[in-house]
Amino acid sequence: MEDLIASLVRGFGLGGLYALLGVSFVIIYRATGVINFATPALMILGAFFTGSFGNAVGLPFWLSVLLGMAVMAIIGMIIERVALRPMVGRPAFSAATVTVGIFIILLIVAGRLIGSELLTVNDPFGLNTIDVLGARLFTIDIARLVIALAAIAIVGLFLTRSRTGLAMRATAFDQETSLAQGINVGRMFGLSWGIAAAMAALAGALLTAGSSGVETTIALVALKALPVIILGGLDSIKGSVIAGLIIGVAESLTRTYQPEFAPWLGANFDVIVPYIIMIIVLMIRPYGLFGTKEVVRV
Amino acid sequence: MLTVENLEVVYEDVIQVLKGVSLQVPEGSVVALLGPNGAGKTTVLRAITGLLDVHRGRVTKGRVSLDGQDIQSLQAPQIVQAGIGQVMEGRRIFREFTVEENLKAGGHTASRADIAEGLERAYSMFPVLAERRKQTAGYLSGGEQQMLAIGRALMSKPRYLLLDEPSLGVAPKIVQQLRDLIVQINADGTSVLLVEQNATMALSIATHGYVLETGRVVMDKPADELRDDDDIREFYLGLRGDERGSLRDVKQYRRRKRWLS
Ligand SMILES: Nc1ncnc2c1ncn2[C@@H]1O[C@H](COP(=O)(O)OP(=O)(O)OP(=O)(O)O)[C@@H](O)[C@H]1O
Ligand SMILES: [Mg+2]
Repeated sequence: MEDLIASLVRGFGLGGLYALLGVSFVIIYRATGVINFATPALMILGAFFTGSFGNAVGLPFWLSVLLGMAVMAIIGMIIERVALRPMVGRPAFSAATVTVGIFIILLIVAGRLIGSELLTVNDPFGLNTIDVLGARLFTIDIARLVIALAAIAIVGLFLTRSRTGLAMRATAFDQETSLAQGINVGRMFGLSWGIAAAMAALAGALLTAGSSGVETTIALVALKALPVIILGGLDSIKGSVIAGLIIGVAESLTRTYQPEFAPWLGANFDVIVPYIIMIIVLMIRPYGLFGTKEVVRV
Repeated sequence: MLTVENLEVVYEDVIQVLKGVSLQVPEGSVVALLGPNGAGKTTVLRAITGLLDVHRGRVTKGRVSLDGQDIQSLQAPQIVQAGIGQVMEGRRIFREFTVEENLKAGGHTASRADIAEGLERAYSMFPVLAERRKQTAGYLSGGEQQMLAIGRALMSKPRYLLLDEPSLGVAPKIVQQLRDLIVQINADGTSVLLVEQNATMALSIATHGYVLETGRVVMDKPADELRDDDDIREFYLGLRGDERGSLRDVKQYRRRKRWLS
């Protein structure tokens, strides 16, 4: 029982991270139709900047996270303007290829910046635990879930309630018609990259927090967002949240119970669980569980 | 006055669609732009509103101006801000949005106070929309969607309103309503450029008319003279709006458009 609770909580923490990364993909995909393969690099750079504000500058964790997100938002908007805007009107495939190039460049940059040391973000969580119902829970897992959901909720409110959010959704739906309403479509593209990069940065900070240091290769964790968006549907924020949590919990439960119940699957089997889920989903529901159906005229 | 002079437009750098089109929409007027399928009517509107980019089209010659100011180098959003609104061909409402969200999107360039005022005006002009303000717009009937598209275009308080075949695919009774509506919008102080294939409807409210064929203006006369013109009678007025409507329904709207730089 204690194992189960601990495993679930860890899974939800992980799921929160995956949900953030999924939302990062979805925001860009909805606005521009491009799958952004640079997300892992945005994440690790975000963790780096957060860490720099926390360690080198000595700012409190919360502030350094916000600043890290802001810096990455600006970098995201610059990337969109410089590298993606010229691709508008070309097939989405070409633009996705450009994001692979950006991924490689940013990863090299991140590698240089971080060097051979382990990356830390000076967070207050560390390996702190609390006991709930006899289970020993890491506070970072709870923090990951709560902060991720709060951030996603803020983005959701922005998209549904604000004027700019409405313009972003309009752009996602029909670019030409949006232009005809006076919406600056290019600015909306930039904004979507800014928000997506900030979400990735937050994921990076939360991933690094609660550890005694990570290497740049941990960026590849962000690729777990692919199973998330495939399960959740490429265009659904709600789908990303639910799929992120499902995958996080599935991975965590596997890690807890597989060595005991299915040892023949080998060590570290949990790491590939998200991809197995992805393959199964691709086989039975290629458009994901929550991909929105188009509203058609009667 | 909205003026188009000797306009030439090319798509994909090779397909010349407009071959020197000139027309004028004087302040306060309703001007009809008639012509068969493929004549280039929509292209004229795209050139005015800065939407050629989206279609890989480009003005190669000529000039579009608003009160003497060149506007053809402006981007689409700036043209809306300059006071030109449009109802695009095929309505193009945001189907997944609610009615109210559609209207608000139309008010993107307007101030908060103007949006509130615009919503009120739209709902009093279109009581059907008021009843459905929270409903998904995609489920409105064709006629209601056309009204929504018009209401949305009015949200930016345009001085000039461009309408691209508003009677397309709507019932004859609704065509009548749309006609009255355009008269009212014009009376409220908005000049109108009305693109139509339904010449009967368009010429019944226009002050002046142009007929476009394969990229050239072949007729340019006051509306009442066009109404009496034999060719016009034969080619346009002879055809009933509803027969045409059923044919035109089949027309495929061009692929979902992307936006260029
Ligand atoms: N994006 C494009 N690329 C290439 N050719 C185009 C493009 N858009 C329109 N055309 C061509 O330009 C010509 C004029 O098209 P346009 O849509 O302006 O005509 P229209 O008068 O509005 O016709 P309709 O009554 O069918 O709406 C047509 O021959 C059309 O095939
Ligand atoms: Mg047309």
